[in-house]
Amino acid sequence: MLLINCPWCGPRDEMEFHCGGESHIACATSADRASDAEWADYLFNRSNPKGLILERWVHDGGCRSWFNIARDTVTHEIRLVYKMDEPRPGDELAGSGAPR
Amino acid sequence: MHDYLRYSTVLLRGSTAVMTGYSALRVFIEGMRGQTGWAPAWRSPAPKSRYDVIIVGGGGHGLATAYYLAKSHGVRSVAVLERGWLGGGNTGRNTTVIRSNYYYPESARLYDLALGLYEGLSRELNYNIMFSQRGVVVTAHSRHEMESAARWGGAMNLNGIDTQLLSVAEIKARIPVLDCSPGARFPVFGGFVQARAGTARHDAVAWGYARAADRLGVDIVQNCEVQGFRRSAGGRVTGVETSLGVIEADKVAMVAAGHSSVLAAMAGFSLPIRSYALQAFVSEPLKPVIDTVLLSMATGIYISQSDKGGLVLGGPLDHYQSYAQRGNAQTIRAVAAAVADQMPSLGRVRMARHWAGIVDVVPDSSPILGETPVPGLYINCGWGTGGFKAIPAGGTLLAHHLATGKAHPIAEPFGLKRFETGALIDEAAASGIAH
Repeated sequence: MLLINCPWCGPRDEMEFHCGGESHIACATSADRASDAEWADYLFNRSNPKGLILERWVHDGGCRSWFNIARDTVTHEIRLVYKMDEPRPGDELAGSGAPR
Repeated sequence: MHDYLRYSTVLLRGSTAVMTGYSALRVFIEGMRGQTGWAPAWRSPAPKSRYDVIIVGGGGHGLATAYYLAKSHGVRSVAVLERGWLGGGNTGRNTTVIRSNYYYPESARLYDLALGLYEGLSRELNYNIMFSQRGVVVTAHSRHEMESAARWGGAMNLNGIDTQLLSVAEIKARIPVLDCSPGARFPVFGGFVQARAGTARHDAVAWGYARAADRLGVDIVQNCEVQGFRRSAGGRVTGVETSLGVIEADKVAMVAAGHSSVLAAMAGFSLPIRSYALQAFVSEPLKPVIDTVLLSMATGIYISQSDKGGLVLGGPLDHYQSYAQRGNAQTIRAVAAAVADQMPSLGRVRMARHWAGIVDVVPDSSPILGETPVPGLYINCGWGTGGFKAIPAGGTLLAHHLATGKAHPIAEPFGLKRFETGALIDEAAASGIAH
């Protein structure tokens, strides 16, 4: 079980949360210009790393706010919690597998 | 007595089929002579420097691919490279259910090909896979679920897959342990059964294919981890880099459920796959309480009883992506609670073991078979929570593609290109597991 440190509510049991999948997914180009391959890549393809993943979570059993987590998919260790408007973390997480 | 047996053994030694094959007679003979005649079921060769085809992944699908390449297409220069031990991934971690009760015609053809091959597999491989066609009963627990079940069963009938709708009374008679009373926590509204479905011994499927492939000249190399792909100047795959050195090949197939994305990243492309843990449980042995496989639409649990008497149980996926082959407490609690609610007499049964496998979850819950963006590199992945049931089909279809260069008609709809063309085959419901 995870103990997740909600940026607004503090540490809570994972039962209160829901994982919304990978963060920072952006279409390489605008929707009307994207080729079928680019659109498929945006819609469906995921980095699915064995190691560090950046993902969105929602505290739906609490404050109902979304935020980001940097988590290891092998150990489940949470390396960082950061808010939705914070930039994608970089160097401080280096050395633990490269997120896409 | 002893002399007579020695004489029979000498006589039988002339017949290699009797003395290398598995049979009741062989068991009897070996029993009488102290079990001294058994040989390893497959060789453990050092890898050669080059093969026609390398298969990455020594689970059921990989071993079946190698077997059908050698048997059906005469391609015998084949190596199966396995990072750990044979069948140590999802082949040995599932709940052994085999069924073809899917919704769309494409899926029905695919999974029924597998079921049909399973029906003859013990004989074909000369290896008892203990296929037990005890039926799979799907139960509905609300009026709406019953409507879905009727629609699902209707689609199966249209696809030519045997199915029969069941009334509450029929379900009650078939599965006495299930609480079908009107006051049940999950009242039963009906359901359907696929009578040809059932269970098989999952390790035996891997071992049977391994032994049969080995006899046709396939090299099975365990403890050999693929760490990268060799590419020509034109981008074509020319081999793999492994923990045992470089091995060249004309064609390479990735058959490594759970780690498909990791291998694809090595080859420079990404897949529409996320990896999740799916848990399974076995209880302490009980006297016979259920003689079929039960899948409940309301709670997503499925249950059968092994020959040893243990209840084999599964439920939904864990809630977030994982490569850890262990489960999460809240899913254990959810499955245990559902069993106790739906089958109150099992409420005090103790669990003996639980474990998890890492499954490939694809947006449309259908497998990915065929070519990849890298020339010469083929893929079999994305079976989600139900790859075991499809092993003979996955092997047959990928072997066909590797040997002939063209997708088998049954495999054609399941290519990676479908995510670009939009021709998805959305089996989210019939995959049977909430995800």
